[in-house]
Amino acid sequence: MIQLVETLISGLTLGSIYALIALGYTMVYGIAKMLNFAHGDIIMIGAYAVIVSVATLRLPAVVAILISVAVCTLLGVTIEFLAYRPLRQSPPLTVLITAIGVSYLLQNVALLIFGSEQKSTPRMFQIPDLKLGAVTISGVALLTLGVTAVIMIALTLFINKTRMGKAMRAVSEDKEAAELMGISVNKTITVTFAIGSALAAVASIFFGATYVYIKPTTGSMPGIKAFTAAVFGGIGSVPGAMLGGILLGVLEQLSKTYISTLWSDAIVFGVLVLVLVVKPSGLLGKTVREKV
Amino acid sequence: MSVFDDVQNYKSEGSHLVPYPSGAVIPQRDLGKTPVLEALHLGVDFGGLTAVDDFSLVVGRTEIAGLIGPNGAGKTTVFNLLTNIYQPTRGNIMLDGYSTAGKTTAQLSHMGIARTFQNIRLFSNMSVLDNVKVGLHNNTPESLLAAVTHTFGYRKWERQAESRAMDLLDFFGMADLAGEAAGSLPYGAQRRLEIVRALATNPKLILLDEPAAGMNPSETAELMVNIRRIRDTFQIAVMLIEHDMKLVMSICEGICVLDHGKVIAKGSPDEIKANPRVIEAYLGKKKEDGDHAEG
Amino acid sequence: MGETVKTTPKLLPAGKSGIRRFLNADRVAVLAVVVAYAVVAILVYTGSATRQLMNMLISVSCYIVLALSLNLVVGLLGELSLGHAGFMSVGLFSGCTMAVLLHDTLPVILCLPLSMIVGGLAAALVGLLVGLPALRLRGDYLAIVTLACGEIIKNVITNLDIDGTPLRGALGIDTSSIRMSPTELLPYAIVLVLVTMLVIMNFKRSKHGRAIMAIRDNRIAAEATGVNVTYYKLMVFVLASLFAGMAGVLYGYSLPTTEASLFDYNMSIEILVIVVLGGMGNLGGSIIAAIILRVLPEALRDFSDYRMLAYSILLIGIMLLSENKRFKSWKSQVSLGSLWNKVRAKFRKKTPAVATADAVAEEPNHTDSPKGGDGQ
Repeated sequence: MIQLVETLISGLTLGSIYALIALGYTMVYGIAKMLNFAHGDIIMIGAYAVIVSVATLRLPAVVAILISVAVCTLLGVTIEFLAYRPLRQSPPLTVLITAIGVSYLLQNVALLIFGSEQKSTPRMFQIPDLKLGAVTISGVALLTLGVTAVIMIALTLFINKTRMGKAMRAVSEDKEAAELMGISVNKTITVTFAIGSALAAVASIFFGATYVYIKPTTGSMPGIKAFTAAVFGGIGSVPGAMLGGILLGVLEQLSKTYISTLWSDAIVFGVLVLVLVVKPSGLLGKTVREKV
Repeated sequence: MSVFDDVQNYKSEGSHLVPYPSGAVIPQRDLGKTPVLEALHLGVDFGGLTAVDDFSLVVGRTEIAGLIGPNGAGKTTVFNLLTNIYQPTRGNIMLDGYSTAGKTTAQLSHMGIARTFQNIRLFSNMSVLDNVKVGLHNNTPESLLAAVTHTFGYRKWERQAESRAMDLLDFFGMADLAGEAAGSLPYGAQRRLEIVRALATNPKLILLDEPAAGMNPSETAELMVNIRRIRDTFQIAVMLIEHDMKLVMSICEGICVLDHGKVIAKGSPDEIKANPRVIEAYLGKKKEDGDHAEG
Repeated sequence: MGETVKTTPKLLPAGKSGIRRFLNADRVAVLAVVVAYAVVAILVYTGSATRQLMNMLISVSCYIVLALSLNLVVGLLGELSLGHAGFMSVGLFSGCTMAVLLHDTLPVILCLPLSMIVGGLAAALVGLLVGLPALRLRGDYLAIVTLACGEIIKNVITNLDIDGTPLRGALGIDTSSIRMSPTELLPYAIVLVLVTMLVIMNFKRSKHGRAIMAIRDNRIAAEATGVNVTYYKLMVFVLASLFAGMAGVLYGYSLPTTEASLFDYNMSIEILVIVVLGGMGNLGGSIIAAIILRVLPEALRDFSDYRMLAYSILLIGIMLLSENKRFKSWKSQVSLGSLWNKVRAKFRKKTPAVATADAVAEEPNHTDSPKGGDGQ
C-alpha cells in the first residue's frame, strides 16, 4: 500500500514533467501544425543554463531559474523565426526534417561547449521531505506537483480568458480566417513558441532536480516520451497534453515498480499504440470528418 | 422562370419517361431491363442531424439523370451514400440488381459505379496518362509477381492499359496532354480528366458532381455534348449534380429535386419546370438570396 | 464493357526515340549502381581498396536498401514512418540467430541467403502487425505509432537473453561465429542491392505502384476508382519491412556483435533524412543520398567534433533553400532537365511537327479558369 502510494506520487511527479514538455509540443502542433522535434533539446539547454548559472556563475537559485526560462524562451522564439517561419507554407515533412536538423544542432552545440560527459545539477531547493504516516514525499516532488498545478491552471485561464489566448485558439482553428479577423498569425505563433519553451525550461529545472545528471542527449528521451504523451492525450489539445503526460508518467512508474524496469518502455509505448488503435485521435483529440 | 429560357432540348429516342414499379419513372427505352440504380428510402444522420431522409430514386440503364436543389440540400451527400463513402443509416441501394450494403467504396467501383468530385480530386503528382491507368486498375489483371519482375504478362497488360487509356483520352481530345502532370492542367482539363478517369473504371453508372462548375459558356456547351457522347458511346447511365439549369434541363431525362435532404419533386424537365414546389423552394430561394446561391 | 471507341489508337510516348525511352531515370540509376559496384569490386579484389572503403561497403549497401524500402512507405504511399530501423533489427536478430544455429550444417552460400529470407519474412510479419494500426490512423498519429513500435521492438529484443541462441539481451547478438569480411560479403551485398532496386523500381512502374501513388495523392479518389486502400497499405508496409529485414541480416553478418539499442528512432530518422534529401518517391535520389550521407561522415572522420554540427546546419540549410522561391526559380533555370528542354525546344522549332505541343499550352480555358473551384 505504501509502495503503491509512493509509486503513484513519483509517477505524478514524472508525469508533471512530461505534461509540461507535452504542452509545448501540443500547443505548437495545434497552432503551427508542425511536430517540433527540437522541443526536447530545449529542456537540455535549460538544464545546462541552470548548471552554468549556479555552479559557474554562483548565482542564487531564483536568478538561475529566471535565466534558464529566459534562455529557453529566447531560443524557442529564435528557432521559430530563423528555421520554421520561412517554411510556413512548406510540406510537413520539410518542416519535420528541419526540426530534426535543429535538434541535432542544439545537441552538437551543447556537445562542443560542455563535452560529452554528464554534469550534475547543483542542489537548488532545500525543501524538507514530507512524512505522512509511513509515506515519505520528497520536497522536490511536492514542489514539482505544486508548480505544475499552478502553471496548468494559469495556462488554462490564459487560453480561455485572455485576448491572446483567444487569438491562439482562432489561429489553431483556421489560420486564414484568423488573419482576416485582424489577428497577426506570426505574432501568435511566436507567443506560442515562447510559452512552450518557457514551460520546457520549467520542466528542465524539475528534471535536473529529480534526475541530477545532464548530458547533451538528455533531452531526447523525455522529449520523445512527452511527444508520445501529447499524442496520447490528442495532439493539439491542451487538457489532452496535461492528461496524457500525467497518465504516461504514472503508467511508467507503475510498470517499473510492479512489472519490470526492463520492460517499462515497451509497456508504455504498447499502451499508446492500443489507445490510438481504439481511439485514433487520442484521448481528448477531436475526430475530424474528411469533407468529400 | 428566366433560368429556363432559351433551353434547346436535345433528346434521344425513347427518352420520355414511363412509370416503373414503386412509383418511379424511367425512360421508355430502358423499360424491361434492370435499372442501373434503385435507391430505396435512403437516409443518413450525422450526430443527430438528418442530412438526407427518405431518398428514393430509380435510374434507367442508359438514362441521363439530374439531381438538383439549392445549396446545402444534400446532393453531394447522396453521391457519398451511393458510393458508400458515407454508410447510409437507413434504406438500401441496388446497383444493377445487386445490393451494395456492406461493400467498400472500392468494391462498388468494381460493381460498376464511378464518380467525379465537386472539389476536383485528381492524383495531381501523377501524369495524366497514369491517372487514367489508375482508373483501369480493376481491369488490369497484373499480378504482384508480374509487377516486380516485369514479366509474366506485364508487358501485355501494360500495353493494353496504355492503349485503352490513350483511346479514352483521345475521346475527350486530351491525348496530347498524356505526359503532363495532372496537377498542372488548366481547370477545365482537370474536370475532363476526372471524367475520363471515372470512365476508365468501366462503369455502368457514372456520377458527375457539378461537372460544369467554374466553366465558361463555351466549355459548358462542350461538356453537354460530351456527356451525351458518353451515354451514346458507352451505353451507360449518367447522373449529375448541377447548378447550371440550362445544362440540366437540356440533357437530363429524369430530374430529382432535393431540398433540405428530402426529395420534393421527380419527373421530366418539363414537369420539373412546371412544378410549383420546385419553383417555390428552388427559384424562390434563388431570388431571395441570389448573391450567394451559386456555389 | 467491350465498346470500342472509334478513334485511332495512339501509342505513347509519341516522338520518344528508342534510346530515350530505354534510358529512363530508373534504368540510369540501375546502370550507375552496376558500374559503381563493378569499379568497387575491381578495387577490392585487386587489393587496391583502402581500409576505409572496405569498412564502408557493407553499411552503405545496407543503407541503400533501407532508403529504397522506406521510400516505398514515405515517398510512394505518402505515410510517415519513424520506425524503419525497428524492422531492420527484427530481420537482423531473427535471421542471424538462425544463421548462427545453422552455419555448421549449411555452406555459407546457402546459409546466408536462407537467413536473409528468414530475417526478411520475420520483419515482414512485424511490418504487417505495425501496418494494421496504420489502416485506422492518419498522418502524425501513424508516425508516432511507428516510432512507438520501433521502440517496442528495441525494448523487446534488448530483453531477449536465451540460452542455446546467440541472443545476449542488452549485450546484443553474438555473431562472431558467422562474421564475414567485407570482401567476402560484397557479392551478397551487390545481389541484395540490385534485387531490391529492380523489385522496387519495377513495382513503382506497375498497376500496384500506380495504385499506391494514387492513395498518396488522394485517398478518397483512389478508393472511388477501385483501389483497395487497406490491401495496398498493408502490402507497402510488408514489402518495406521485408527489404529492411534482409538488409539487417547483411548488416549483422558484417559485425562481430550487434546491440538492439543501435536501432532506435535516431537511426530511423537517419534513414528518413536520406529519403527526404534524395527526393520523395525518387529511387535514384535515395541511392545517391544514401551513399553521400554514409560516405561523407566517414571521410570527415578527422573532424569528428564538427561533422555532426556541419551535418545539422547543412540539413537545415538544404530544407530552407529547397523552399526558397528565388532559389527554386534559379534551380529550375539551371537544372539539367530544363537545359535539356531548352535544347530540345530549339531543335524542335525547326520542324513543324511541334505545333501540337504548343497548341496545348494555348488552350482557351487556360487563361480564364479561375482557381475558384479549389475553395469549395
